[in-house]
Amino acid sequence: MTFQANRIVRRFSELRLKKEKGLIIYITAGDPTLAETPGLLEEIARAGADFIELGVPWSDPSADGVVIQHAMERALSTGGAGHGTLGKTFAAVQAFRAQSQVPVVLFGYYNPLFQRGLRRVVEEARDAGVDGMLVVDLPPEESGEIDDLLARANLSRVPLLSPMTTPERARMIAEHGTGFAYYVAVTGVTGAGHLDIADVGRRAAALRPSLGALPLAVGFGVRDPESARALSEHCDAVVVGTAIVQAIAEAPDAAARRKVAFEKVRALKQALTPS
Amino acid sequence: MSEQAGHFGPFGGRYVAETLIPALDELDAAWRAAQVDPEFVAELDGLLTNYVNRPSRLTLADQLSRAVDGGKGIRIYLKREDLNHTGAHKINNCIGQALLARRMGKRRIIAETGAGQHGVATATVAAKFGFECEVYMGAEDIERQKLNVFRMRLLGAKVCSVESGTRTLKDAMNEALRDWVTHVRDTHYIIGSVAGPHPYPTMVRDLQAVIGKEARAQLLEREGRLPDAAVACVGGGSNAMGLFHAFVPDAAVQLHGVEAAGEGIATGRHAATLSEGRIGVLHGSKSFVLTDDDGQILPAHSISAGLDYPGVGPEHSWLKQSGRATYAAITDKEALGALQLLARTEGILCALETAHAIAYLPRLCETLRPEAVVVVALSGRGDKDMSTVAQALGVES
Repeated sequence: MTFQANRIVRRFSELRLKKEKGLIIYITAGDPTLAETPGLLEEIARAGADFIELGVPWSDPSADGVVIQHAMERALSTGGAGHGTLGKTFAAVQAFRAQSQVPVVLFGYYNPLFQRGLRRVVEEARDAGVDGMLVVDLPPEESGEIDDLLARANLSRVPLLSPMTTPERARMIAEHGTGFAYYVAVTGVTGAGHLDIADVGRRAAALRPSLGALPLAVGFGVRDPESARALSEHCDAVVVGTAIVQAIAEAPDAAARRKVAFEKVRALKQALTPS
Repeated sequence: MSEQAGHFGPFGGRYVAETLIPALDELDAAWRAAQVDPEFVAELDGLLTNYVNRPSRLTLADQLSRAVDGGKGIRIYLKREDLNHTGAHKINNCIGQALLARRMGKRRIIAETGAGQHGVATATVAAKFGFECEVYMGAEDIERQKLNVFRMRLLGAKVCSVESGTRTLKDAMNEALRDWVTHVRDTHYIIGSVAGPHPYPTMVRDLQAVIGKEARAQLLEREGRLPDAAVACVGGGSNAMGLFHAFVPDAAVQLHGVEAAGEGIATGRHAATLSEGRIGVLHGSKSFVLTDDDGQILPAHSISAGLDYPGVGPEHSWLKQSGRATYAAITDKEALGALQLLARTEGILCALETAHAIAYLPRLCETLRPEAVVVVALSGRGDKDMSTVAQALGVES
């Protein structure tokens, strides 16, 4: 595969040179409204996020916990993401892209991509300035078609690893991955609350030899700067999603949402930056 | 897993989070080993005979036949899954999966349920084999199937009310998947239909195939020949796959699946996934799905909670696309009429799900030759639906 350095690959190289760990922030497109999404992305980028995962709202997010489920319900009901979900998500990325070069990974479930047509989705994603895709319910056994399309568009295909993944399987998964691999730190849904950092460290170390040069991001259950910092000892980047989505959900208005997004991400980034 | 394992033509596969893949591999391996283990097979057979009450009877419905065959002398047989322990075909699958869960060393069982029949069957085997048991059920279904909720609780299961999404079967399945991904190490998920990721569609079909295997042998004995048509209702499609499987190689036997047209296809309030859906991915497999252009799953509707599902097992999609089976849809109103017709002609109160298959018979008989033989899966008994039926007919229950 002739994979050229896209924004994701370049950002990981920069981090490596600086000996820094990356911060990946997740929010759901259209939560609470599509109009606010580009602004929230800008705050997150301005606060120092190295990568953004943008969730595509879906009616049946069976791998997500209740916080992100509610974010997706808000996006689809009152957030305006209901008719033309992916097109509107791409428009939000495009608006953000005019302001920032922080890499964006589309994070979602397969049916919305499949219904729109994989070829069309990948082209639209590339044109909007998306840098990669993570499809929660698409293991490598079923992902051949989209993998090829992503590779041709020079977009990263971010694969998932879990505590149940054996080193042999991790090797196979890594072969399908570009950009980075996302290790789901706990068996559970997003926002699960039983993160054991020492255990994650052992498992991440066991998986690492299977990944070759692919950077390793770890997420699920990371709530605060302290745990982000502790976790970063064991990986190349830390993912924080539910904690940000929840903070946005609890803020009273648009200005407060931008403010809290900025502050939360800033605190996380500071915890990951060597003093 | 080989490239083709778990695929039915372009359908099936495994579309789930990575955390579940090793559990599906473990289940697949355990199922394949168990199927050829004489001890497992003997234990399963013994339980099917002495606990479930198999083989189930094959009843010639002569009064019903006369009422629907237009004077053609068609003989309609009912494969009496309603006479199984717990009152429906669901127990066939649950017994097998419970034995498998024990074999894999799991201590806890979870399930999703719509009408509650699968939930009751799961709670039953959990009690019998000493598993902890939690059943996920949509809040709307809990309301319309109170009797089954009470049965599950008496059997010692915890019934978890699912308030998300449409508060019906699809959301119960989402919640069961979330539980499984969280407790995957010690929990077995008994999916109640021929849906879900590989190996479920194949495994559940194989466990339900006893329906068609028995019916085929019983008909050969009673009629001296194979039926002209086999008919079953389809929600996820497990009783239909169970009946059809033995007849798939018999090209002369027509296979008819009957979905729920709800308030009518034109109203948009239906659950006719194969008739009206498109190919998509839901709950771990590629199959026909009720979905919009955005890929959002559309709410299904049926008076029958067990058919109220926007997906369908992938093998049905393949049987439809390959032309081996045909699928039709029956409205709530037609199903209610058929439930009463069967009650008055044969003295059998069937489930609302099953009533969809019965309601299709007049239409089918028009196309069959005189003196044709038809077998219908009488998938479940109707006790659980009496309050729904009473309400729909405008009488106090």
